[in-house]
Amino acid sequence: MTSYVLRRVAQALVVLWAAFTLSFVILYLLPGDAVLAKLGGGEASATVTPEQIAQARAEYGLNDPWPVQYGKRLLAALHGDFGRSIATGDTATHMVLSALPPTLAIAGLGLVLAIVFGGGAALAGTYTRAKWLANLLLSLPPLGISLPVFWVGLVLIQIFSFQLRVLPALGNQGPQSLILPAITLALPTGAVIGQVLAKSLRTQLAEPYIETVWAKGAGRGRVHFGHALRNAAIPVLTMIGVVAGQLLAGSVVTETVFSRDGVGRVTTAAVNGQDIPVVQAVIVLAAFFFVVINLAVDLVYPLLDPRVRQNPAARTRKELVHG
Amino acid sequence: MSELLAVRDLAVSYRKVPAVRGVDLTVESGRTLAVVGESGSGKSTTAHAVIGLLPRGGRIDRGSITFAGQELTALSARGWRAVRGREIALIPQDPAVSLDPVKRVGEQVAETLLIHGLESRRSAPAAAADLLRRAGIDDPARRARAYPHELSGGLRQRVLIAAALAGRPKLIIADEPTSALDVTVQRRILDHLGALAAEENLALLLITHDLGVAADRADEIAVMSDGKVVERGPSAGLLAAPGHAYTRQLLSAAPSLSAEPLRPRRETGEPLVSVSGLRKDFGPVRAVNDVSFELAKGQTLALVGESGSGKTTTARMVLRLETPTAGRVRFDGEDITNLRGERLRLLRRRMQLIYQNPYASLNPKLGIADIVTEPLRAFKAGSRKDAAALLDQVALPASMLKRKPAELSGGQRQRVAIARALALRPDLVVCDEPVSALDVSVQAQILELLVRLQEELGLAYLFISHDLAVVRQVADHVGVLRAGDLVEYGRADDVLHRPAHEYTKELLAAIPGHLENAA
Amino acid sequence: MAEVLAPRAGFVLRRPGLALAALVLLLVLAWALVPDLFTHYDPLSGVPREKLHGPSAAHLFGTDETGRDVFARVVHGAALSLRAAVSAVLIALVAGSVLGLVAGARGGWLDAVLMRVMDVLLAVPPILLSLALVTGLGFGTTKVAIAVGVANVANFARLMRAEVLRVRAGVYVEAARAGGVRWFDVLTRHILPNAAGPVLVLGVLTFGTAVLEISALSFLGYGAAPPTPEWGSLVAGGRSYLASAWWMTTLPGLVIAAVVLSANRISRALEGERA
Repeated sequence: MTSYVLRRVAQALVVLWAAFTLSFVILYLLPGDAVLAKLGGGEASATVTPEQIAQARAEYGLNDPWPVQYGKRLLAALHGDFGRSIATGDTATHMVLSALPPTLAIAGLGLVLAIVFGGGAALAGTYTRAKWLANLLLSLPPLGISLPVFWVGLVLIQIFSFQLRVLPALGNQGPQSLILPAITLALPTGAVIGQVLAKSLRTQLAEPYIETVWAKGAGRGRVHFGHALRNAAIPVLTMIGVVAGQLLAGSVVTETVFSRDGVGRVTTAAVNGQDIPVVQAVIVLAAFFFVVINLAVDLVYPLLDPRVRQNPAARTRKELVHG
Repeated sequence: MSELLAVRDLAVSYRKVPAVRGVDLTVESGRTLAVVGESGSGKSTTAHAVIGLLPRGGRIDRGSITFAGQELTALSARGWRAVRGREIALIPQDPAVSLDPVKRVGEQVAETLLIHGLESRRSAPAAAADLLRRAGIDDPARRARAYPHELSGGLRQRVLIAAALAGRPKLIIADEPTSALDVTVQRRILDHLGALAAEENLALLLITHDLGVAADRADEIAVMSDGKVVERGPSAGLLAAPGHAYTRQLLSAAPSLSAEPLRPRRETGEPLVSVSGLRKDFGPVRAVNDVSFELAKGQTLALVGESGSGKTTTARMVLRLETPTAGRVRFDGEDITNLRGERLRLLRRRMQLIYQNPYASLNPKLGIADIVTEPLRAFKAGSRKDAAALLDQVALPASMLKRKPAELSGGQRQRVAIARALALRPDLVVCDEPVSALDVSVQAQILELLVRLQEELGLAYLFISHDLAVVRQVADHVGVLRAGDLVEYGRADDVLHRPAHEYTKELLAAIPGHLENAA
Repeated sequence: MAEVLAPRAGFVLRRPGLALAALVLLLVLAWALVPDLFTHYDPLSGVPREKLHGPSAAHLFGTDETGRDVFARVVHGAALSLRAAVSAVLIALVAGSVLGLVAGARGGWLDAVLMRVMDVLLAVPPILLSLALVTGLGFGTTKVAIAVGVANVANFARLMRAEVLRVRAGVYVEAARAGGVRWFDVLTRHILPNAAGPVLVLGVLTFGTAVLEISALSFLGYGAAPPTPEWGSLVAGGRSYLASAWWMTTLPGLVIAAVVLSANRISRALEGERA
């Protein structure tokens, strides 16, 4: 078990390193010129002199050959330093981390809503014997996946803020301001969870071992909740590991729609200004969340599936997701 | 003796397609009725109707099922719950997939007790361990804590038997309870089940495709074909004097009951394949250990063994689909042990393979004409125009050429696979369980075809099988493998009639129908 | 491929939802090809005195703040939005399939390296990966399409590899090898045709996702520059008039949702038919 944990942690570190490298390749090696974007913002561009550009490039270390740049930046990143924001001059790490709490608030609430409603729809939809209800509930997840998140946010604002006037449309003030963004964020995530759980439950309910349980004289509740659910939860757990990381990404759109402060807004501002250090910090942060959540999922796995407990290598979770 | 279960004029259909059309059966308490039939005969559907577990889309169109005087077809969901497990229990077909993979087996046995309120939560574990012991599991208290994947197939089937016994039912339905298991395990489990049934005065409804199993185990046999019971009667009488043509056909086709070889056995000849000291390790596991044998031109050598015996690995090394860890393979005088690349590919022209499962061995996207002529194309030795002649050789009409594999029956597919293997006129054909995925009547036809083709074309067969009854019909020489060792090897008549090794004797004793023959 | 995609009349007619989905996609495709057949309004210049009118018979989707017909802008935006989505899918499908095929068929260290790279791509949420690429590449619909395509490569690579491995382990592939068929012929005649089905289904599904992701990026302002009509930026343009002109955001959004829903429905039908 200990070696299992150690191996997972090592893998997590490799993924983090790789995410850093990937973002370095994309951000520093592709042709866009961040310095020009910064210095030449808007009308001022005519006044930029070549000397200024050269000075700025030197300042940001862009004149070194790329392996040297990569080495320096990786070393700095190991100390949590992704460089200074080109736009504000603040450290990128500080900018991203200080924007984190409001984002975590809507992401956390969003995840809870997603699990409760997505999982609930799938469970109730497969459990009920009323065909119309099953059809209705099970059509919700595919619908939820298809709706543009930004549009859902805007429609929610129209209904709850402008028509009913019960919830604030914009901003970060008070717990009420969490509700609409969290719902918006939860919708695609919950839909994915609902879809995977419903599919997985249907697969499990068709397995021969379920017939064995019926043949013992078990009722519907025991068959569904006592046997099928626990087996069906295994791929869903994997899925939660994947989508939870994506809640952070979802905050980019959601925070723009609701004009909320947070990591998402910092990201859009950084992309707009081609503020490379900040974008890189966000990407590594997202990979960090992905890695941490999946580490947690990996540790919960053996509790759910005894086959993994004995032989962690036999774990087939990736195949479950993609198969 | 009283009538426990009575099925009258039962008809079942799946989405309007009839599967069972007017079946009458009775089972008396404490007796065993075997329902025998090939796939699609409706035997399994009948069994599932009796316990109210028809698959999705299945419904009872007419007829009645009465159990101890109670009409079952009219039962509510709640009513069924009181019957299932408590009055009628089920032993399912495939133990590998019939247990919940994430629960301990003890819990799964105890579940029946808890559902029917026979034990309390505190007393159930001990009761479950006792049931496991009665199902023939050693050290039941420890085994009860195991998960299904930690147990062998035979042990899992015993767990399922324990779960079926738990509710102290009056009738147990056993749906092909051992067809997924090795023959020796099959025999031990059926023996044990029979003893338990006698002990507890249990009635058994045994569903099987194997007339031999039915003959050994049942008091009465009902033969089903195409959704109907064509013949029914006491086992001994029915087997001695079958009244219906279909029963006679099944009886003559069943390999377990006929011991005659399909053609005279041959003694020796010029060797085509000779294997010495063959060994194969997969990581730390030794799959094949020091195996040596010879196969003469135009003759058949059968390698017999249960799952894990190394018989398939041995055959694959002969074909050089696997490379041996040690030992030598000689083919027609040439050492082919280390052949590689293009020279190995050219050798394929002279050795071909027929697989067990004709559903998996044909590319579903290709037409039959393309499939049978593919080897010709690979060696530029012919074209699609030769396809009709190849099919003719295996007695398939040319009209099949345009079809896809999915449009053919299992037997037809296996004929296509044979036609493909023979396209290049090889000297050696490896037949890996070529008939074990087929119904018995089809099995007999394919075996006859293989024997006829051997005569005509002078083929040598390396015949892999777990089924000594099949081997008895075709082999000139027999090798018996167990856990990677060749424990016995010699002329077929010697090995099959005068076995020297204990394991061979056990295998022979386990052939279904053997009890009947001995009696 | 024709075999997978060929719509069978009976099959479709018995599923009204599926027929509707096909109809929606055909209609949107027609908008993209011949927009003038569906609207006679100019998408770029409006009539100022008709600004911010609600939906009516004359203006199906109402008008925007400069009096342009919103429906005309949606119809004319279809070409750009669909082209971007299709390009993104093609990039992901082609690059991903080739990588997956190479990894699955070749195996060994190359497989290990390629799949570790794909794992990393999967560890960064697609929208953030796209944003990083947009940062690197710059703005514009084409660049957004490339960014979304690249962000989806890993999914295709993984699926193609898994399918190749599945098919490759199949008995008929070994039967062909044992029959002396050359490796290249095995790959093209046996493995590819049997592995392609699920990958094409994913392609259809990804078309829907790509429409969503591209419209999200153009909603954020990284796509087409105004006044060029494009679905995501149309919704964004209506944001300032949320309280007074609901139609400017709601109706274009509904069109996006309908297209994505249709693509999902069709991909599910294809998946089910395959199974």
